[in-house]
Amino acid sequence: MISVSTLTVSRGERVLFRDLSFHIAAGEAVALTGANGAGKTTLLRTLAGFIRPDAGTVAFADIEPALARANHIHWLGHLDGLKTGRRAREELTFQARWAGADDDGIAAAVDVLALEPLLDLEVRKLSAGQRRRLAFARLVAAPRPLWLLDEPFAPLDARWRAALGLMMQVHLDKGGAILAAVHDPLPVTARSLDIGAGR
Amino acid sequence: MRGLTILFRRELALAWSGGGGPLLACGFFLCLTVLIPLAAGGDPAGLRPIAGGIAWLALALSSILSLERLFERDLEDGALDLIALGPVPLELVVLTKAKAQWLAVGVPLALTAPVAAITLGLPPSLAPLVLLSALIGSLGFALTGALGAALALSSKRGGLLIAVVVLPLFIPPVVFGAGALERAVNGLDPTPALAFLAAWTLFAAVLTPFAGAAAVRNAQG
Repeated sequence: MISVSTLTVSRGERVLFRDLSFHIAAGEAVALTGANGAGKTTLLRTLAGFIRPDAGTVAFADIEPALARANHIHWLGHLDGLKTGRRAREELTFQARWAGADDDGIAAAVDVLALEPLLDLEVRKLSAGQRRRLAFARLVAAPRPLWLLDEPFAPLDARWRAALGLMMQVHLDKGGAILAAVHDPLPVTARSLDIGAGR
Repeated sequence: MRGLTILFRRELALAWSGGGGPLLACGFFLCLTVLIPLAAGGDPAGLRPIAGGIAWLALALSSILSLERLFERDLEDGALDLIALGPVPLELVVLTKAKAQWLAVGVPLALTAPVAAITLGLPPSLAPLVLLSALIGSLGFALTGALGAALALSSKRGGLLIAVVVLPLFIPPVVFGAGALERAVNGLDPTPALAFLAAWTLFAAVLTPFAGAAAVRNAQG
């Protein structure tokens, strides 16, 4: 799904990781671990194409990186990307359609994430956990094979952590792949990738 | 293209209702057209020769008001990351944002411009020319403004910086736009000045997508 070889990334003067190589296959989940400041978010942002590496390559199975970024990657950072002044329905529709979802996909996501009662509220009235569920909906609504997640469970309660774990399992069973920066273990069977101690 | 329509609808909705919508811009525009004559002494005869110039100055300043919203809010709340991973290249994203900004704020300002110009003492027969030149000019303002808003992303609290980046770029259209009105008042053909105004807007339409997209990428990295 994604192959990283001899990747070196620095921020300012500081080299975060040097000659990092790994591969994530279809159907595989990888838990990205490391201390605060080790560069988990930077690695995810590099894979998503936001940060240009100093050296090394990021390759996607069979397709160009630019095309992968246009329709193969779901990105869920610690910011939800929701406009507080708009209604949940408008934001969900925009995010999901922009990612390539159709009406059926959006309806399925609303159903499985129990978003129906929230849709007519303004985003500012939602709790952090509810916003995270709303942001997660685009991952369920639009099929994209690679999920890059940065602390996806932080604001969620135990019930929704388990529920999102089930959705991740469904994604893996369909041949998708997940790379998630986490501090707690992922709720699905996952290999661990540790990028060090930070400072 | 479907992706462009999805983005354009969102941008239009945000520009129309999010802080700094058309009502605010038009209100600011009218306030300026009242303030400047008061500051200049309030003599209608002395005002008439510079009425077109004042209207264009007010139009330029009003066009800057809501530019901060264009990219900075999307960067702050993470939406810009999602948008970058979408079906449309960033160059077209920048162009679409500028287009929505023009339709939601620029066009209402252009519709206000004849009212302001006539209030300032411009002959009412020139209203169509004021409207036409303001429509072309406000499109250029929206495009250049989008570029300035993208460039200001890389600095913390870039909102104030936008005005300093953008205002010098507004000099040519203000000169050409006010020039077209001045020529018409003096009974000359305003077409050459209008042509220069349109040329500047086209130049902004070519430059803004590429420079703006590069600035956005730089801010995301």
